[in-house]
Amino acid sequence: MTGSTLLRRIAPQLLTLAAVIVLVSIYYPAFYQIVYVNDRLVGIPIDVIKRGAPVALLAIGMTLVIATRGIDLSVGAVMAICGASAAWSIDQGYGIGAALGIAGAAGLVCGLWNGVLVAFFGIQPIVATLILMVAGRGVAQLITGGTILTFDSDTFAFLGSGTMIGVPVPTVIWILTGIGFGLLVRRTALGLLVESIGVNLRASTLAGINSRVLLIAVYMGSGFCAALAGVIATADIRGADANNAGLWLELDAILAVVIGGNSLLGGRFSILASLLGAMIIQTINTGILLAGFPSEFNLVIKAVLVIVILVLQSPRFMPYLELLASRFKRSSVTRLEAGE
Amino acid sequence: MLERILMASVAVFSLGAGVAGAQTIGFSQIGSESGWRAAETTVTMNQAKERGIDLRFSDAQQRQENQIAALRSFIAQGVDAILVAPVVATGWDSVLEEAAEAEIPVVLLDRMVDSSPDLYLTAVGSDLVHEGRVAGEWLVSAANGEECRVVELQGTTGSSPAIDRKKGFEEGIAGADNIEIVRSQTGDFTRTRGKEVMESFLQAENGGADICALYAHNDDMAVGAIQAIKEAGLKPGEDILVVSIDAVPDIFQALAAGEANATVELTPNMAGPAFDALEAYFADGTMPEKFIQTESKLYTQADDPAGEYEARKDLGY
Repeated sequence: MTGSTLLRRIAPQLLTLAAVIVLVSIYYPAFYQIVYVNDRLVGIPIDVIKRGAPVALLAIGMTLVIATRGIDLSVGAVMAICGASAAWSIDQGYGIGAALGIAGAAGLVCGLWNGVLVAFFGIQPIVATLILMVAGRGVAQLITGGTILTFDSDTFAFLGSGTMIGVPVPTVIWILTGIGFGLLVRRTALGLLVESIGVNLRASTLAGINSRVLLIAVYMGSGFCAALAGVIATADIRGADANNAGLWLELDAILAVVIGGNSLLGGRFSILASLLGAMIIQTINTGILLAGFPSEFNLVIKAVLVIVILVLQSPRFMPYLELLASRFKRSSVTRLEAGE
Repeated sequence: MLERILMASVAVFSLGAGVAGAQTIGFSQIGSESGWRAAETTVTMNQAKERGIDLRFSDAQQRQENQIAALRSFIAQGVDAILVAPVVATGWDSVLEEAAEAEIPVVLLDRMVDSSPDLYLTAVGSDLVHEGRVAGEWLVSAANGEECRVVELQGTTGSSPAIDRKKGFEEGIAGADNIEIVRSQTGDFTRTRGKEVMESFLQAENGGADICALYAHNDDMAVGAIQAIKEAGLKPGEDILVVSIDAVPDIFQALAAGEANATVELTPNMAGPAFDALEAYFADGTMPEKFIQTESKLYTQADDPAGEYEARKDLGY
């Protein structure tokens, strides 16, 4: 994708993000203030890119799954499983490397389970992943023994609350993961193949794509992203909370993908746009907390903003916006000609 | 032969009943949905063992029909009394009437039912508003007349602990004009949200410099918030006072480390007062009050938090 087509693809998301930021800064003027204290950057934008890490990571995997015309409802529960596995490993005295390995492996196994159900047994993705969404939290509770499993490891906690040259580690992780997945699907033909099985699975298979393996790989990728998100969530509070880690985040991740302009019917996708979607959601969440409304309003405000965003991005509405934009351009041109 | 066995069992039964009053007590527990609930089960079993009571335990796994079935089977077994922690408030009339007909006293633990009070002996529970009031009154004395801007982490929006603990705290600080709640948001009773919301409070209140105290509706949110305060470069417990409710083991670690200041106990020992009431009832027919309120004890750094942690960590929290 060349620079200008990429910019055109993500323009709606960039505009939305800017609009949401302006909206929040009306209620909270100090929004843009970033200071450097105690070797870390501190400010609302930093909070947004740090707190948005779990949803951003989930959105990366979810984008690919949705591009295959699937959906992965299990990512929240997989986060809980992987977080619990990591905390358990640390608690048992294994090193940080082993803990990360076990958490990553748990995520890949969960993805393998989903992928096999979808690719080999032909179960509809929403049903196949619903199984793990419900059962996964139970598995996580078995690992933690039903309590909040706390651990004492500053190295592991670093992944959740540490900083690298002032930038929060969770932010570094989601940006690197985004770049990694982006390069993997766009510097190879993989992205194109994923899109093709999303558009027409049978035709792609007939054309020689090994769609089963590719589908499984995509769900495993989603599981791996969920594992990273689970590790961050667990490291952040220095404990694995099987009941609440990643609760309802699968829905936020799907929302991020949708705000990113990706179709739930599969096909063309943009990871970058989904990541912008995740940041839009997090800016709304943080903005609501800063605005100081009573908490009864939280969900209503979020819902109203999301509806407005989606309506503005809808295909029916887009032509009006473009018309408006071209008129604005024309009028500014005429004004220039008039010498204003 | 059969007759002899029956006779013998009747003899044993009446002997048991004659010696120590209530010997066999049935206990229908909701399930083990939270650490506190698990601790309540453990404490109830320990209390029964200490008093030499034969406790018949039944776990309802969050379902009322299981609880009603358990109660019916306790009645059929002819237990001396029944403890029940009702999962919902409605639908208890008929099974409670059956227990009343069999003259088996029923004691409600922790939660109430909306049946007629005549159908149960008493209810043991905590007063959520009172818990909040104790926390508020502690803060009034800790602030000692100085200006104090408080941030509040609420429980899940609309839940009765969140409503009542908020109301109680506001009552507790009502007389003190120096104390003001400046920000209040829900943290959903979880550590993650407690930390996230506290981070935004710190940002919004001049990096935390304008906050004098944090009031959290449960300890878990306080534990998350304490981490947020530390990461902002402030000292929880000194720069920002921390008071919360529940008294779970982890908050005692924070108290011992000087990072929290006070917690109000929601005691898992509901069975102790229940057994006391039953003992008195069996001894001379003393009718207890219809609601026995458990003590909402305040723990501070001065109350041997390390020791309290050791005493609680194995209760199943």
